[in-house]
Order: sequence, then C-alpha cells, then structure tokens
Amino acid sequence: MTRKSGKLGKWLVSGPPLLYLVVFFAIPTLIMVLASFRSPGDFGGLAPLVDESGKLDLNVDSYVRFFTESVYAQVFLKSVWYALLTTLFCLALGYPLASLVARSSRKHRNLLLLLVILPFWSNFLIRIYAWMIILGPQAALARGVNGVLAYFGHEPVALLFSSFAVLVCLVYVHLPFMVLPLYANLEKHDQALLDAAQDLGAGAWQRFWRITFPLSLPGVYAGAALVFIPALGIFAIPDILGGPDDSLIGNVIKQQFLETRDWPFGSVLSIVLTVAAVVIAGLAAWVGRRNLGTPSSARNARA
Amino acid sequence: MSLLEIRNVTRRFGDFTAVDRVSLSIGAGEFFTLLGPSGCGKTTLLRMIAGFDLPDEGSILLNGTDLADWPPEGRPVRTVFQSYALFPHMTVEGNVAFPLRMAKTPSAEIPAKVAAALEDVRLTGFGKRYPHELSGGQKQRVAIARALITHPTVLLLDEPLAALDAKLREDMQIELINLQKEVGITFVYVTHDQTEALALSHRIAVMNAGHVEQEDEPSRIYGSPRTRFVADFIGHCNLLSGPVVANAAGIVTLDIPGLGPVRVAAETPIAVGSRGTIALRPEKIRIAAAAPSDTLDNHCAGTVTDMLYMGDVTVYNVQTPGGEKIEALLANSASGRAKFFDVGDAVEMNWAIAAGHFIAE
Amino acid sequence: MHRKPIALWIAAGAGYAFLYIPLVIVILYSFNNSRLNAEWVGFTLEWYDKLFHNDDMLAAAGNSLMIALTASLVSTVLGTMAGVAMYRYKLRLLPLLVLTPIAIPEILMGVSLLIFFVLVNFTLGLVSVTLAHIAFCIGFVAIVVRARLAGMDESLTEAARDCGATPWDAFRYVTLPLIMPGVIAGALMAFTLSIDDFVITFFTAGAGTVTLPLQIYSMIKIAVTPEVNAVSSLLMLLTLALIIIASRLSPSLVGAPSEGP
Repeated sequence: MTRKSGKLGKWLVSGPPLLYLVVFFAIPTLIMVLASFRSPGDFGGLAPLVDESGKLDLNVDSYVRFFTESVYAQVFLKSVWYALLTTLFCLALGYPLASLVARSSRKHRNLLLLLVILPFWSNFLIRIYAWMIILGPQAALARGVNGVLAYFGHEPVALLFSSFAVLVCLVYVHLPFMVLPLYANLEKHDQALLDAAQDLGAGAWQRFWRITFPLSLPGVYAGAALVFIPALGIFAIPDILGGPDDSLIGNVIKQQFLETRDWPFGSVLSIVLTVAAVVIAGLAAWVGRRNLGTPSSARNARA
Repeated sequence: MSLLEIRNVTRRFGDFTAVDRVSLSIGAGEFFTLLGPSGCGKTTLLRMIAGFDLPDEGSILLNGTDLADWPPEGRPVRTVFQSYALFPHMTVEGNVAFPLRMAKTPSAEIPAKVAAALEDVRLTGFGKRYPHELSGGQKQRVAIARALITHPTVLLLDEPLAALDAKLREDMQIELINLQKEVGITFVYVTHDQTEALALSHRIAVMNAGHVEQEDEPSRIYGSPRTRFVADFIGHCNLLSGPVVANAAGIVTLDIPGLGPVRVAAETPIAVGSRGTIALRPEKIRIAAAAPSDTLDNHCAGTVTDMLYMGDVTVYNVQTPGGEKIEALLANSASGRAKFFDVGDAVEMNWAIAAGHFIAE
Repeated sequence: MHRKPIALWIAAGAGYAFLYIPLVIVILYSFNNSRLNAEWVGFTLEWYDKLFHNDDMLAAAGNSLMIALTASLVSTVLGTMAGVAMYRYKLRLLPLLVLTPIAIPEILMGVSLLIFFVLVNFTLGLVSVTLAHIAFCIGFVAIVVRARLAGMDESLTEAARDCGATPWDAFRYVTLPLIMPGVIAGALMAFTLSIDDFVITFFTAGAGTVTLPLQIYSMIKIAVTPEVNAVSSLLMLLTLALIIIASRLSPSLVGAPSEGP
C-alpha cells in the first residue's frame, strides 16, 4: 500500500468515533474539571464564567470546602471501605465459582460461564429490588432472623435499609465482574503443575495456596479493580436499600447535582472520585504487569 | 532491462534490517526462487514486490515502472499465500471469481472464465464447495487458480507447499513446474527447502540475514557455492578450512588442520597465507577399504565413526587420525562394491582435485 | 477433567444460588396474588394485566425502546469503526476515549454530561439520553469487534487487496462478512445496555422524560406493587433472549474464548 492511502484510511475509520467521543466524553469531562473551579449560580448550577465586572470568576473555594469540612472526607472514606469489603466478599464468593467453571469440561464450561453472566445482564434496578423483597420485614428471612433473636431476648433488627443490605447488594451486583477475569486466568493454568506438586507430596490446600493462588493473582487484581472502581461510585444501592447513615460518595454527588444544585462542589467530589478510580486502575495495571503469573512468581511465592 | 528489477532495496524494522541492499534482476517467463532460512528476509522482499510493504531505500521496477506508487490492488502481481488465504465465506467459484469482480469484468463473462481456470488446475466440478470442505492440495490449487485468473505479469508464491505432506509436496512440485511452463508467467517463489528450490527453479537467489549470498542456476549453486553459507545451506557439504600454502597453475593447496595438504582446482588470485575453504560434496569422495590403484590426487585414511543407512544411499562419518571429520556418501547400488563399512572400520578416502570447490573465506 | 473436591461444588453451588435466588423470587412474586412481596398466596396474572394498562409504564417502555434502537444503531456503526481502527492501527487517543467510559463509575459520565448539556443550552430529553447512551455503548461494541478481528486470519484482507480489491472493497466483501457475527453481537449488547441503563439516564433525562428503568426506580421509591415484579420479569426475559442470541454469535461476550470464523 502507498504511504498516502494508509494515512487517509486511518483517519476515515478512526475519525467519526474519535470525534463523537471527544464531543460527548472528553469535552464534558474537561468542562466538569473547569466547573470545579467556578462558583455556584444563584439558583443552582453554575455562576457565569465572566462576572459583571468582566473578570474571570475562577476559585478554589469548592476544593477548600472539601478538604476542610471533614464530613465529606468521611463519606469518601466510607465509600472506600464499602468498596473494599465488597471486593473481598466478591473474591471469597467468586473464586470457587471461577474455579469450578475453569476446571469443568469444555462442554460444560460455556454453559456454566453463561449462567454466571446472565444475572449481570438483567436490569440493575431489578437486582436491587430483588433484595428489597428478600430483606423486607415481612419476608421469610427477616422473620426468621428476628424470631431467633426474639428467642434470645434481643430487639428485632431491620435487615432492610441498613448497611447490611447495602453490602449484600453491592456484592450481588458486582460478583460477575470478579468471576470473569478470575476464570480467564484460571482457565490457562496448566494442570501439569499441580500434578507435579502432588507428586512431590503437596496436599490440596498447599497446592492451592502455593501454586494456584499465586498464579491467579493477575486475575485477582483484574477482578478486584473491576469490582472496586464501580463500587466506589455507586449511588442507587444506598439510595434504595440504605438507611440514613449509608450515604456514599455517589449519593452525595447526586444530591449536590440534583437537589442542592451546588455544581462546582459536586464537580470537586466527582473529580476526587475520578482520581481515586484512575489511581486504583493504574495500580491494578502496574501490579498486574509485574506479576505475570510466570513460573518465577510461583517460585517467589514459595520462598 | 529485465521484467522485474529490484534495485538496492533495504527494509528496516526498528534496529533490525530485514532486507539489506538487495539487487536482483528477474526475467520474463523465469521460475525464480528466493531461498534461505527463516528470518533471512525472503518473505519481506516478496511482500514488497506484492505491495504489502514499501522499501525504506531502493526501488522495485516492473517493466521499467517504479511500483512504489501502486497499492497492492493496482499491481499486475498476484500472490499465492502460505496459508492459501481462501475466503471462508465464499465458495470455490466465489473465490476464483473475486479478482474478476474486482476488475469489474462484466458478470456475463465471469462463469466461463472461472470454469476455464478451474479446469487449468484440474478442479472442475469443485465450484460449489466451500474451502473448509477441501483438502490441503485442493485449497492450494484454488489459490493458484484465483491468482492466475487475471493473467498477472508476475506470480508470487510464499512457501505454498510448506503445509503439505512429503508425497503430495512432490506431486505438487511437478505440477507447478508444468503449470509455469504452460502459462509462461514469471514465478517468484519463496522457500526454505533447498531441495525444492533446486528442483523447481531456473535461477535461485540464496539469502541470508537480509542480503543475497549467491544468485545463480541451481547446478552452479550446488556445485560452485560462492560462500561458506551457501555451501553449507545447500545439501550436505564438507567445509575444509585452512591457510593457503600454495597457489600455482590453477591449483590451490590448503593446509587443513587434522588432514594435511589438500589440493583444489581454482582460478583465483588469492595470496599465500590467507584463509580459504574447500567445499567438498560427500558424494564426490571415493571410499574403500584400501587405497585403490588409481588413487585420485587427494587422499587420506580414517576410521568410520558413524554410519547412516538411508535406503538409497549410505552416509559415513569418517574421522582422520588428525581429528578432522569428513562425511562421505555412497550410493547403495554402486556396482563393484563388496560391502558396507561398519563403525570402527579403517577406510581410505580419495577425491579428485576438481571435486572440491574453492571459497575465498 | 480432574475430579473436583466436594467443597468446591458446595461453595460454587452457594455462589450460583446466591446469584439466582433473588431473581427467581422476583419472577415468582410477579404471579403472587398479594400486594405484599412477603409470602405466597396464590397464582394470578393480575399484575401483568395492570402493567399493560399502565399508561405511564407503556410510555416509558416506548421511550426506552426508541432510545435503545437509535443508540444501538449509531453506537454499532461508530463502535465497529473504532474496533477496526484500534485493531488495524497503532493509536493512542482513540483507545483511551473508547475504553475509559467503561472503566470509570457511571455517575461520572452522568454528571459531566449533565453539565455539558446545560451549558450548551441543550434541552434534556430523549435526545440527550440517546446521545449519552451512544457514548458509553461505543466502547462495548468496539471491544467485541476488535476481539472478533483478532480471531480472523490476517492474510485474508491482504489476499483481497492482492486480488485487486481497494481497501474499502476488501473491508466490504471480506472483512465485514467475517466479523458480522461480532458486529451483531455488539449491537445486541448495546441495545441491552441502553434499555437497562439507569445511572447515566438518571442524570441526562431531565424532568419530563421517563424510561423504563427510571419508571421502575420511581415505583420502587414511592409505591411498590408487584407490577414492578411483572415488568422486571418481562425485562429479564427480553434481556435473556437477546444475550443468548448474542453469545451464540460471539462467545467472547460471556467470557469464553471465541472460535474462529
């Protein structure tokens, strides 16, 4: 091919999607960054960029507010904590699932994988709603739990509109994101390694802890990132299932944009969230690159 | 000027020079082969002729026109790919007709041309089949039919027989030779299989690490290798290296460590003291239990260290008292021979001065 | 394969149960002859009947459908172009813009688009939602198409060019037919994502526009009736059907490695 036609073809094909995403993704993001430096409008939203005296109205008031009013930092840390818990539970629940699918015969594997993914493709709200039903005060679970508690003389607890409900639903919604990368990694494991270990006298737990798990770390990190980042920014789950104390950073952002309408401050919160997400993603990518599941990392794990 | 001129073509990928100032002239109607080990640059060169890559320096001319401005679809050059590259979603007819459709041939004319092309490769009746229903050899022939249907000026073949098993490969080699004679088009053939190259080609260019070591007819590539690489790459060859001790009257004498003085017929101005190599083909060595009465000029004694019975020939590895290893080859049907030699037997070897070929390296 | 320990079966079984029991309960109670989602009383289709006479719901469903059809169409075209470009050329900006919307929390795209639309005085409504959906669907389609291209024999496009096809002809007659299953899978996935989207729609719909998820949300928050179960069950059915079809066309959608063409 000639040099000229190659260049033209490249722009023809990549141009339209690039343009669309610049206009509807990159630019809004930049506008949001700019908004974080502006002042809130009198009736909500944003104040004019250039005020009456013709001066550019830019300030760091909103940032100052975030760093001085500790309640927001607290909410952010609570979000981090919830996201962390979610990740850990997803790992605990998702690892056996991924393991089972990876070790199944080829025939069953696709079906088992499909079964893991299908719930993910159902509507997000439906999945939250389902837990409303299960944890509802009239439902069997709550009555059973409270019955047991009453037997021991305890006050009844509300399962719904609580941190417990929020966490259960967070795990529920994000579980498939943990299973997929784990499965993709576990599927590539060479059974011969485990056979050799067994030959050398390693028991089942040792084989798992010293060979399988270390080799699966890249999948673990990928899954952790895929769970942690979205979980950090969730707002619908606390909004529907949570109690008054369960507001996460996502809820605060929603509140700032749609109720309080302090857009600059909302933008600051969003940027903090974005930075956190990018840092986590970068961390996961860096760790994932370092630990490529080669035999040398298994050697390191044994040391 | 010849049909296809490759002038000083260089192609680099970062630090790696894949093709290094290669110049070749390929004539019309020639079966020309680029032969070399993996990574020698032969496929890169072929791709540049086809248009899938552009030279960093130098030019490729077809009938005097520089091909650089022509994209692959504009060149009268067709390629038969190593993986055949048949379109899996089209039938055999669809595949073979594709170049005609791209050339905007009137649709009324297409069926007849396709039928004729299939007949040429002896695949009449296979038109409605899909590529996955064909055997390797059949896919091969569809690829060739598709490549020839628009009567290109040059046909490029990138190791087309590599994926076939030995017997089929031999049959296809004969078919290719006949096909080329029939259509009379220039074939530029890429392979790493030197026996294939020797069998098929009018001329061969032996490539190594991006440059051409020797460009010649097969018999001269085999009998008169210009470099150690060519001698070693083509067939089996003893490479006897040592300093030149004498050079007079068309005979060069080298002092080979472990063997002693060996003489070879060569017209070369090389000075005494420089290094040289004698390329000696195993089949040119006479081997016997005792030195025969008509011993040829070069002779030495040795012990058989290995013996390989290959069916039609037997290969002997012989070690001289000085430690030099020589490979000799005897046809098993040679008349007058009393027996095979076993490992451990003492033998006498001798060969003519003209049997070896001198390489100034 | 090797014998799997019982513990693994139990743990995995618990995982699958955890995933499916909630959904089963939703579907079950959509047929429950009781206003409360507490215990089974009797079988009824009353809620489905109410659903189909609920004007708000039907309007919301209509909106969702229109948005999803438009968004999936446009994002499939743009996403296929992006997938092809990312596979064929070494680009840096495009992959970043295409893949980031998928990686970051949805709320970020939602609020930034809200600010954007308001600043350019663009009325929030069906169109703003559609534009937003296209933006995040492009990435998914691009990934599926790129995966499909990666599984394709590279030499086929070269062979097409060799046979005299221009780059466009080679794409149209060889590449496109071969990646078409991936393109369709991507389109189905984009459709599903659009129909199901809540967060981004929440911020970009404005006051008067309601989609199905938004309608479900307000029903959940304000007055829960088993009509919600009914619409949820129907939505699940639709999504299930689409995804099963899509996974046949492109197994990589469900995480399984894709077979060649």
